[in-house]
Amino acid sequence: MWGIIKQKLGARGLSAPVFGDCMHRLRPMASAIRRYSSATKQMTVRDALNSALDEEMAADSDVFLMGEEVGEYQGAYKISKGLLDKYGSERVVDTPITEAGFTGIGVGAAYHGLKPVVEFMTFNFAMQAIDQIINSAAKTNYMSAGKINVPIVFRGPNGPAAGVGAQHSQCYGAWYGSVPGLKVLVPYSSEDARGLLKAAIRDPDPVVFLENEMLYGESFPVSTEALDSSFSLPIGKAKIEREGKDVTITAFSKMVGYALKAAEILEKEGINAEVINLRSIRPLDRATINASVRKTNRLVTVEEGFPQHGVGAEICATVVEDSFNYLDTPVERIAGADVPTPYAANLERLAFPQIEDVVRAAKRTCCRSVPMAANV
Amino acid sequence: MNISIWLTRTRRDGGNFVKKIICNNPTFCSYYQSPNSSTSLVHSHLSSSIMRSKDCGFVGKGNFRFLYSSSSFNSSYVVSVGGRRYKATKAGEQLLFEDDNGNNTFEESKGEEFPGGKIFFTSEMNFLPGSSEKRVQCYRVLDENGYHVSSTTMEHVSKEVGLKVYSGMVSLQTMDKYFYEAQRQGRLSFYLTSFGEEAVSLASAAALTSHDLILSQYREPGILLWRGFTVQEFADQCFGNNAGHGKGRQMPVHYGSKNLNFMTISSPLATQLPQAVGVAYSLKMEKKDACVVAYFGDGTTSEGDFHAAMNFAAVMDAPVVFICRNNGWAISTPVTDQFRSDGIVVKGPAYGIQSIRVDGNDALAIYSAVRKARKMAIDEQRPILIEAMTYRVGHHSTSDDSTKYRSIDEIEYWKTMHSPITRLRKWIERKGWWGEKDESELHSDLNNQVKTAIEKAEKALKPQLKYLFRDVYEDLPTNLIEQEKLLRETVERHPQDFPIDVPL
Repeated sequence: MWGIIKQKLGARGLSAPVFGDCMHRLRPMASAIRRYSSATKQMTVRDALNSALDEEMAADSDVFLMGEEVGEYQGAYKISKGLLDKYGSERVVDTPITEAGFTGIGVGAAYHGLKPVVEFMTFNFAMQAIDQIINSAAKTNYMSAGKINVPIVFRGPNGPAAGVGAQHSQCYGAWYGSVPGLKVLVPYSSEDARGLLKAAIRDPDPVVFLENEMLYGESFPVSTEALDSSFSLPIGKAKIEREGKDVTITAFSKMVGYALKAAEILEKEGINAEVINLRSIRPLDRATINASVRKTNRLVTVEEGFPQHGVGAEICATVVEDSFNYLDTPVERIAGADVPTPYAANLERLAFPQIEDVVRAAKRTCCRSVPMAANV
Repeated sequence: MNISIWLTRTRRDGGNFVKKIICNNPTFCSYYQSPNSSTSLVHSHLSSSIMRSKDCGFVGKGNFRFLYSSSSFNSSYVVSVGGRRYKATKAGEQLLFEDDNGNNTFEESKGEEFPGGKIFFTSEMNFLPGSSEKRVQCYRVLDENGYHVSSTTMEHVSKEVGLKVYSGMVSLQTMDKYFYEAQRQGRLSFYLTSFGEEAVSLASAAALTSHDLILSQYREPGILLWRGFTVQEFADQCFGNNAGHGKGRQMPVHYGSKNLNFMTISSPLATQLPQAVGVAYSLKMEKKDACVVAYFGDGTTSEGDFHAAMNFAAVMDAPVVFICRNNGWAISTPVTDQFRSDGIVVKGPAYGIQSIRVDGNDALAIYSAVRKARKMAIDEQRPILIEAMTYRVGHHSTSDDSTKYRSIDEIEYWKTMHSPITRLRKWIERKGWWGEKDESELHSDLNNQVKTAIEKAEKALKPQLKYLFRDVYEDLPTNLIEQEKLLRETVERHPQDFPIDVPL
């Protein structure tokens, strides 16, 4: 028993613990055994993010949160609920309305060794600070020849919500994904949210953490391991959410949910789809994607962003470069419509991928006939 | 006993001065108790019993007088005489208001606790002027000929500091001259000089400690010189060779030195300003006896980041000293096209920041002002703004020919009449610290030093191939490892296509 515990501790890089500590670490072992008898805990993405922030701020006093409405208002989307009361106004900073200003301040604080988490009310507003993110945060480690790193996290909702119009609905995955020096993460489930946010905060490089407003309220089961405060997910590794052998569907953020539902529909029609949750746009897990395509020989990429120069375009190029001979049919790209997002609900629905679009695309790669008219 | 308060308001050139004169003459009081007191009687009492000063201006057009009677006995409610701001006394009585034409109205001199503080109302519709008649004055210690202006507010400058500032300025000027020439000869791709503005960087650096963090724009390499960056290091960075700690990553003049607390230069204007506030916030949390100093030019103050930084610094009580080099030109844009305000110094108070305008060609004035500003920033944990008035003698950079948009006479005038180097030299010579021999020795030393440094830097090897891929992230990512491998393989297969001066 002790040998096993030592191994587990060793794997986490911990030194010999005091007995009291030891008891704390016994818990994961004990609960691993107990897991089969108790129900797994459900957690919303909101709570996952909140708990991740809380734990990282408790573990490292250099971590601080900054953004509009993060303090007194408990966060525009309540992600930072309770943090102001717990950590005080020095570590949860309500900023004046200037993205360029507070992003610059975050970058400066990171230059000097603090670890800011900068919250944008949405990444649409982050465009007002894009010079600080790209020209300063992303490039400074390189320009300073490795002397000045920028351990900053930029987070906030990305992509469309519901009925918020053109200036509140753009997906920035492709924009940030093209910049060397940045890491870009796109969580889907609560476990993703917790693990990736913790990894992002601990990472010495600048990380863009793209959340999704519609996912905040969604509940997902979380394993006990994920609830541990030292939990984190590796950056740059995709997750195979559903194994399959007929077609690979890659997706990120909210679209993972759509892809999974599409896979269920396809299953009934005899198509066994493999769904990959990208988790990370930069670095892109080319290995996992290619291994999957080499297995299934067909690929459908799904994203909410604009089609030209999108994430799907990059994945397609990757697969053509590495696994061309394994493709049986051309790659299908599902993306948002090439228009600024309209407001009217019926038009908005047409502007973004729906589950049926994913199903039809998968069928096309499988050379099944599909109905001509779109289901409106 | 009733305390009566006379409020007299005089309008002067668009400004409003409210003066409060307190009097508790009992005879007086009896007069205005009755609402029907005669105007003329009030006038005469007023003129006779209240001290007249130039500012009071009782007589004359546009005077409004009103009576305010209060039943408060507590004299502590009554506030300062002659002050502009005043706390209202506790009362609710109405005022009898009459102007010189004898018109009576009622007025309430009340205030309201708006979110953000108490504001008093006025019935006068006065627009604040966009700019005051007189421009903010410029603090200086030495005149153009290096003589002390009769000023008492000056920091003591020791011989050591004075000579180091002077030789630093000459070094900078010499370096600029040769590097500029090197660019013209095609040996450097780009260069940017500090001609005319040497005092701003050297004298301000002298006033700081080595712990103060610098975020500058690009025309302040003097700070690095002061802190010990050698001429060879400057040359290595400009030539992008492997000796430069920049590892060939940045274009010329984009220096950086973590050891010397000098942040790597970032080209986009004003980005360093909110970053400076962030660094200051970090320092504040560490409670260090150090501040952050951010430098920028007049043109940069148009950028959004400038305003965000100023506002934020004030709100966060960040110990930042903002130093603006107002050199009159932003490439070809003169300050008259850049802003309509009285320069940059007046913008400070708009954000709640104490500001000063100094003569940027006067090394001693800059030294004194920066020392004081630093102390205020650290002791009081607040931002300070310094506007250094100077002139950009050189072109914006080697990509510019400023004779295309300004007269050569103007450039010559500033170059000769207001040279900060000449001015300081006259002062140190008069002090007996410097002579002809020192001057010629310094120049010949520097000329040799700079020329040697350039030659050496030019001949040195370029950075190794591996530095292309390092430092994008903290750890080398797999895709870059692959790319480097691919590149090396390609070089092996086609060696004739690979440049000879890049070591593998």
